[in-house]
Amino acid sequence: MTATLKRVPLYVLAVVLLVFTGFPFLYMLSTALKNQSEFFEAPFSFFTSFNLENFTTVFQMGLSRYFFNSILITVLAVGIVMFIASLASYPLSRMKFKFNRVLFLIFISGMMLPIHATLIPIFKLTENIGLYDTLWALLGPYIAFSLPISIFILTQFMQEIPKSLEEAAKMDGCTHFGVFWRVILPMLTPALMTVLIYNFIHLWNEFIFALVLISSPESMTLPLGLQDFRGEFSVNIPGLMAALTLASLPILMIYLFSQEKVVKGLAGGAVKE
Amino acid sequence: MQTHVNKMAGARSVSKPEQKVSSVKIKNALTIMLFIAPAFIVYAVYVLYPIFSTFQYSLHQWDGMSEMTFVGLQNYIQLFNDSVFWTSLTNNAWVVIVSVFVQIPLGLLMALMLFAPIKGIRFMSSVYFFPFLMSTVAIGLLWVLMYDPINGIINQLVTLVGFENVSWLSQAETAMFAVLLVVVWQFAPFYMILFKAAIVGIPEELYEAAKMDGANAMTKFIHITLPMLMPTIVSSSILAIVGSLKAFDIFYIMTGGGPNHGTELMGTYMFKQAFINFNMGYASAIAFLMFFIALIVTVIIQILDFYRKKKGAYS
Repeated sequence: MTATLKRVPLYVLAVVLLVFTGFPFLYMLSTALKNQSEFFEAPFSFFTSFNLENFTTVFQMGLSRYFFNSILITVLAVGIVMFIASLASYPLSRMKFKFNRVLFLIFISGMMLPIHATLIPIFKLTENIGLYDTLWALLGPYIAFSLPISIFILTQFMQEIPKSLEEAAKMDGCTHFGVFWRVILPMLTPALMTVLIYNFIHLWNEFIFALVLISSPESMTLPLGLQDFRGEFSVNIPGLMAALTLASLPILMIYLFSQEKVVKGLAGGAVKE
Repeated sequence: MQTHVNKMAGARSVSKPEQKVSSVKIKNALTIMLFIAPAFIVYAVYVLYPIFSTFQYSLHQWDGMSEMTFVGLQNYIQLFNDSVFWTSLTNNAWVVIVSVFVQIPLGLLMALMLFAPIKGIRFMSSVYFFPFLMSTVAIGLLWVLMYDPINGIINQLVTLVGFENVSWLSQAETAMFAVLLVVVWQFAPFYMILFKAAIVGIPEELYEAAKMDGANAMTKFIHITLPMLMPTIVSSSILAIVGSLKAFDIFYIMTGGGPNHGTELMGTYMFKQAFINFNMGYASAIAFLMFFIALIVTVIIQILDFYRKKKGAYS
C-alpha cells in the first residue's frame, strides 16, 4: 500500500510528460478528421468527427507529388552515401598511409559545420550546372552532408573487425576491392543499418537546401511542399493538419515497427557501444 | 593458394627489392585513392570548396548576378555595427543556454522515468520519442496553429484559467519563449535516448553496494548515476551547443525571425540577406562568421575535453 502511494508522484510525472509529448499529435490527428465547419463550431472537441475527406483532398492537391519526390531523392542519396562512405571508410580505418588522420578529421569535422557557410556557393554552383529548381539539385548537397556522420559511424565499426580475416582473404589472392566487397562489406550490416536510418530520417526532413535550391511545386520535397501548403490552406486548418499528419506518418510507422533499430540508428552518431 | 605463395616468394628473390617495394607502394596509393575518391570529390565540391568561396564572397559587394566589387573587410565592419546582427547573436546564445540547461536536464528526467517501476511505461516511452521523429517543418506549422491567437488550442487553455488571449508569436516579449518551448519539445527526446543508453550501461553492483550502505534514492542519484553519466552529459552538451549555433528551420517556419527581429538568428538573418535582399557579400560575411564561431567552439570543447580526460586518467 505504502509502496503504491509512494509511486503516485511518479505516475503524475509520467502522465505530465506523456501529455507534453503526445498531446500535439492527438490534436493534429483529431483536427485533421474534422471538416471546416466542424472545426469552427468546436475547434477544441476531441475526436468528435471522423472525416477522411481532408486526406484525399491534400493528396490530390499535390501532396502525392511531394511524397514521390521525397522518396526518390532520399532513397537515392542514402543509397549512394552508404556505398561511397563504406568505400572511403575502408582505407581510413584499416590502412596506414600519409594524410590518413588528416583526411579523417577533414571528413568528420563536417558534422559541426553550419550549412549556411556553404549555402551561397552551392546555390551558385547549382545554377551554373543547370540543376536549379530540379529535384536533382538536392542530390549533391544531400550526399555531401551525410558523409561526415556516415564515415564516423562506419570507421568506428570497421576498426573492430579483426585483421586476420582480411589477411586470410589476401592470401587467397583477393585484391583490396575483393577484400572490401567479400569480407568487410557483409560484416558491416549493423553499421550500415545505423547509417541508413540516421540519414533517411534526416534527409526526409531536410528543409534548408530544398528551400534555397527549389522553387516550383513539381520539384518540391515534402517539407518544402508543406511550407507551400501553408499559404493555400490559411483558412482550411483541418486540411493543413491532414497534410501534416500524412507527412509525419511514414517515419512514425517505421518507428512503431522497429523501435529498437530506429532509436539505435538515431543515437548512432552519439552513442558508442 | 599454395602456388600463389610460391609465386610471391619467387618474385621477391628474382627482382630487386627496392623496385618491388616502390611499385607496391604506388599500387597501394592508387588503391587508397580509388577508395576515397568518390566520397572526397563530392565532399570537396559541396562542402570544402564552398567554405573558401563563402570567405571570398564575404570580401565583396555582390547582388548574386552582376560583377562583384572588392570591398575588403567592409562587410565585417558593417556587420559589427549592425544591431540586428548583435540581436541575432544574443538570440543564438539563448538557444544554446536553453538547449544545455533545459533540454538536457529534461532529457535526463525523461530517461530516468523510463526506468520507473510503473505500469504502462513501455507505451509511454514510445510516445515520449515521437516529437523527434516529426519533420521540423511539420512541427513548426503544427505549433503555429496551436499558438494561433483565435483558433489555437493554447489560448483556449489560457482563457480557461482566466487569462487574456495572447498573440504568442507576434509580440516580442513572448515570441522567443514560445519558439524555444517548441525547440525543447522537439529535442528533449533525443537526449532522452542518449541518457537511456548510458543508464543501461551503469553496473548494477554500484547500486547494490550503495543499498547495503543504506543510501536513499537521492544519494544514489547524486553519487552514482550523475557521475557515471558525466561523459554523456558532456557529449550531449557538445551536440546541443553545435546544434544551437546552426538553428534555422523552426525559427524560419514559426516567426521568420520576427516580430521586428525579436527571434532573429544568425541563420535566419543570413538567409534573408542572401535570398530576399540579395546582399550576397554581406550574407557571406554572416555565414563565414557562423562557420568561424562553430570552429572556435569546437576547438574549445576539444581542448576542455582533452584536459578532462587527462585529469580522469590520473585520478
